[in-house]
Amino acid sequence: MTKVTASLLYSEDHEWVQKLEGNRVRIGISDYAQDQLGDIVFVEHAEVNDQVTANEAVGTIESVKTASELYSPVSGTIVNVNEALEHAPEIINEEPYGAGWLIEVEMSNPAELDELLSESEYQNFVSEGEE
Amino acid sequence: MNVKGGTPQQDIHATAMTLETLLNLVCGPVTRLGEVPCIKRNSIAFVVAKNNEGNGAWQSDYNGNGPKGRSRFAENCNWGGAMRTETTLKRTPLFNIYIKYGAKIVAFGGWELPVQFSSILEEHEAVRKEAGLFDVSHMGEVLIEGKDAESYINYLVTNDVTKMKKNGVQYTAMCYPDGGTIDDLLVYKLNNDKYLLVINAANIEKDVEWMRLHIEGDVKIEDISNEMAQLAIQGPKAEQILQKRTRANLSEIGFLQFSQHVSIAGIPDVLVSRTGYTGEDGFELYLAASKAEELWEKLLDTGKEAGLKPCGLGARDTLRFEACIALYGQELANEISPLEAGIGFAVKINKESQFIGKTALSAQKGTGLKRKLTGIEVTGRGIPRYGYRVFSGEKDIGLITSGMRSPSLQKNLGLALLSPKYTDPGTELQVEIRNKKVDAVVINTPFYKRG
Repeated sequence: MTKVTASLLYSEDHEWVQKLEGNRVRIGISDYAQDQLGDIVFVEHAEVNDQVTANEAVGTIESVKTASELYSPVSGTIVNVNEALEHAPEIINEEPYGAGWLIEVEMSNPAELDELLSESEYQNFVSEGEE
Repeated sequence: MNVKGGTPQQDIHATAMTLETLLNLVCGPVTRLGEVPCIKRNSIAFVVAKNNEGNGAWQSDYNGNGPKGRSRFAENCNWGGAMRTETTLKRTPLFNIYIKYGAKIVAFGGWELPVQFSSILEEHEAVRKEAGLFDVSHMGEVLIEGKDAESYINYLVTNDVTKMKKNGVQYTAMCYPDGGTIDDLLVYKLNNDKYLLVINAANIEKDVEWMRLHIEGDVKIEDISNEMAQLAIQGPKAEQILQKRTRANLSEIGFLQFSQHVSIAGIPDVLVSRTGYTGEDGFELYLAASKAEELWEKLLDTGKEAGLKPCGLGARDTLRFEACIALYGQELANEISPLEAGIGFAVKINKESQFIGKTALSAQKGTGLKRKLTGIEVTGRGIPRYGYRVFSGEKDIGLITSGMRSPSLQKNLGLALLSPKYTDPGTELQVEIRNKKVDAVVINTPFYKRG
């Protein structure tokens, strides 16, 4: 049973989205994703003021053995990045929903949030994948 | 251990290995986040089964029927199609142990094998500092018996089997006439007319077919892979742990030597070999498949206090990589010669007997190699991975065969097949990582030497 957090939305690419004030959201990867990746050793993503488009690549997360692309669940402008990850990417393994967040985006199209999964939908999505 | 290309030390070092083979199933250059189970892009395929933590129930998914979360990932990787048809993955005698210990299981070379039991980094560190226990029963074992066994094997392989003593182990390559590598293997001399060849899991059929095709003289070839299990206990505490369960004096077994018919923890007839694939001291234990689970449990129990940990293929790969031991499917392949892959110490061009590949390998030696396996460190931001191109300015000079963030050295390192002009330590070059050229420099190998 993977850990999820009820107040978040999720993408089928295993990212989570947390609504902040206004049109701003914080984005990270799910507990399921970090568990599947294993020990994370490297994170690289677009920078503040870069434009991102929903479902397009916004960065890369690498574990000991694999590199995986990170896809933005929403469109907009990056307004903040988690700089702590540059030197301590393992925080993502330890606190995927907390200190291991990745980027914050000012959304240009908040309606995109409707495409995302609720906590229970994501939970089903993940467990279907495991059956 | 100090190891440089072709020196006797390297001979010793690099011979201390058993050999893995990877699938040629290749995932795309970068996987989507959801595809994380592609543990290594070029090789290990997919988490096909996973121990469900909640209830301990075993669930598997490789029939490709609909679990959208998973099957979609599979489609994004080239191996996806292969996985769908590959419904009969092989299991080692220790498969139930993987489940019991909650290992993360992947499809690898046609087998269901554990990529990790706890975490690759934890397991890696256990082997470097204490000890780790690996199941490597997927490796193939072939018995060659008969009065012409020695000359026959010497014709098949590049090293010189005639130099072997009874109860000695030799690392060697088996080549095509063009010098490409069919496989790398260990030869165990059981007695004057009986040898055990240990070959890579994914190459078993190919190798045995080749051996039968080139049979010479009075020899019998027997593939005993299915009857044999192999456990590896590796790390500075391996000997003291193993010694607790056997009356045999392990300190008398030197590096690249073995002892036959040893009793361990009440299990008779174990072949105990001081070899390994980690860059650490340790042993590889060959025994009847039916006894493997019992030996595993007894060793793990005995070694618990000393820090012995069950380890998966993930750590096996990070450990061998740091020690710069070749992996078939990456550093070695059909189209890569043993000379290019830096295992020239296992190629005895001047041995007395004829052998397959001699003409081509002699020519390579004479005219100089076109490419050479080289260690690099990425000094910019990025991790080199299999298949990435390497550049000197605008010039494409080769590719990465293995790369990762080294757990022991905390550096982003790679092995690369490069044009020889660019292989001197200190040479500056660039690795193309996701369309960006990132600075790197040639460094000495092996990356890790045990203290």
